[in-house]
Amino acid sequence: MALATRTDRRPPPLRTAWDSTLGKKTVMAVSGLVMLLYLVAHMLGNLKIFFGPDDYNGYAHWLRTLGEPALHYEWALWIIRVGLTVSVVAHGVTAYQLSRRDIKARPVGYAHRKARSSYATRTMRWGGIILALFIVWHLLDLTTLTVNRNAQPGHPYQNVEATFHTWYGDVIYIVAMLALGLHIRHGFWSAAQTLGAGNRRRDRVLKAAATGLAVLLTAGFIAVPVGVMTGTVH
Amino acid sequence: MRLTLRIWRQKNAAAPGGMTAYEVDGISPDMSFLEVLDTLNERLTLEGEDPVAFDHDCREGICGACGVVINGDAHGPERTTSCQLHMRSFRDGDTIDVEPWRSAAFPVVRDLVVDRSAFDRIIAAGGYVSVPTGAAPEAHATPVPKPDADRAFEHAECIGCGACVAACPNGSAMLFTSAKVNHLAALPQGGPERETRVLDMVGQMDAEGFGGCTLTGECATACPKGIPLMSITAMNKEWLRANRRAGRTR
Repeated sequence: MALATRTDRRPPPLRTAWDSTLGKKTVMAVSGLVMLLYLVAHMLGNLKIFFGPDDYNGYAHWLRTLGEPALHYEWALWIIRVGLTVSVVAHGVTAYQLSRRDIKARPVGYAHRKARSSYATRTMRWGGIILALFIVWHLLDLTTLTVNRNAQPGHPYQNVEATFHTWYGDVIYIVAMLALGLHIRHGFWSAAQTLGAGNRRRDRVLKAAATGLAVLLTAGFIAVPVGVMTGTVH
Repeated sequence: MRLTLRIWRQKNAAAPGGMTAYEVDGISPDMSFLEVLDTLNERLTLEGEDPVAFDHDCREGICGACGVVINGDAHGPERTTSCQLHMRSFRDGDTIDVEPWRSAAFPVVRDLVVDRSAFDRIIAAGGYVSVPTGAAPEAHATPVPKPDADRAFEHAECIGCGACVAACPNGSAMLFTSAKVNHLAALPQGGPERETRVLDMVGQMDAEGFGGCTLTGECATACPKGIPLMSITAMNKEWLRANRRAGRTR
């Protein structure tokens, strides 16, 4: 008796993986975790502002000389920037493609609607759009200094102070950081599930880690504008 | 009990549909939800109207044939199938909305009946084990450790009713597919086809037009058989493993 054995040729695995919803989710999860890792470092670096202008500006200068003499001036910074750009684009493109699929999968909605998922879960798409817009604002504000009046290149401490002395600078920043917290709360836990790292025993730890990271990052980032507003940073 | 049912009526797949209200009187709290629809249909038939079309078979909660969205919940407010939902879960005078499963992959056939053959095609893509048939094998020829058997059974409980798809805001079939994948992956008999199974079933799931998973957890909340959300995580792990192996053997 002969058994039928599957010998058909499949398309290359990378191609099928990219076409698959699970492959796109994997890209989202990995790029999200890369950005999360960066944000933790970014937040900790920001807190140097509470040690005064010399410490903060010195830290900003060190970021440019990082990796010397193996790397040239600002190379490390540019490597990070390229990595982040790739992550943001990959995260955004897959989010857009997956969202389109999801919306198409339910062409006729229910007459009787009920929202049962958590607020963080329901706001992932809009939260993501808010964060993308914020990144543009943030770069124009504190990297290129285009929209930051009273900004002087090479004086990051004074520039941070200048931006948080405006009411809109504070509002935009704080709203975005709250959105970030919500995004990470569902995103970190989801990434763990997508990468197959979750299980029943680990679930409580993962959920606690997601909430912890969200609270820590939001609080750490918001501490800076609050510090400027209360005069702790001056 | 006296209830107002607002039911989705649609003549066929091409015709437009809409919610129609019906007053139904003389309902006992011990009736099942499908018996209420039967009561209404008897009256509609006597009045010369078209009865409400709905799927049902065993009426014991084990076949997966029935399933309607009741007040926005797949299978209604209790964690069971529509046939095992009793009217004591409602109050006299309630207005109840009854709708079909909503998904691009589950087109409405008529009224509350949807075409769920997309699930059959996902199964056909890999939800089986290839074994020589014939006389039943000796029961102890392939030992299965008890934890593995329990794990397989937990996923084998899926009756393929489609409530997960109906409840998911993305109309995703991840919970169904993961139940089938994990069921067979847990058993030694499923081992030889472990990689092709998950790749083919996920591929078919995508091809049918189901949405992706955003881990809202609504599928697992609606599932009458209690398939856990972690089932999806386990399938993701299987899928990543299969991809790594496919990359290596190429």
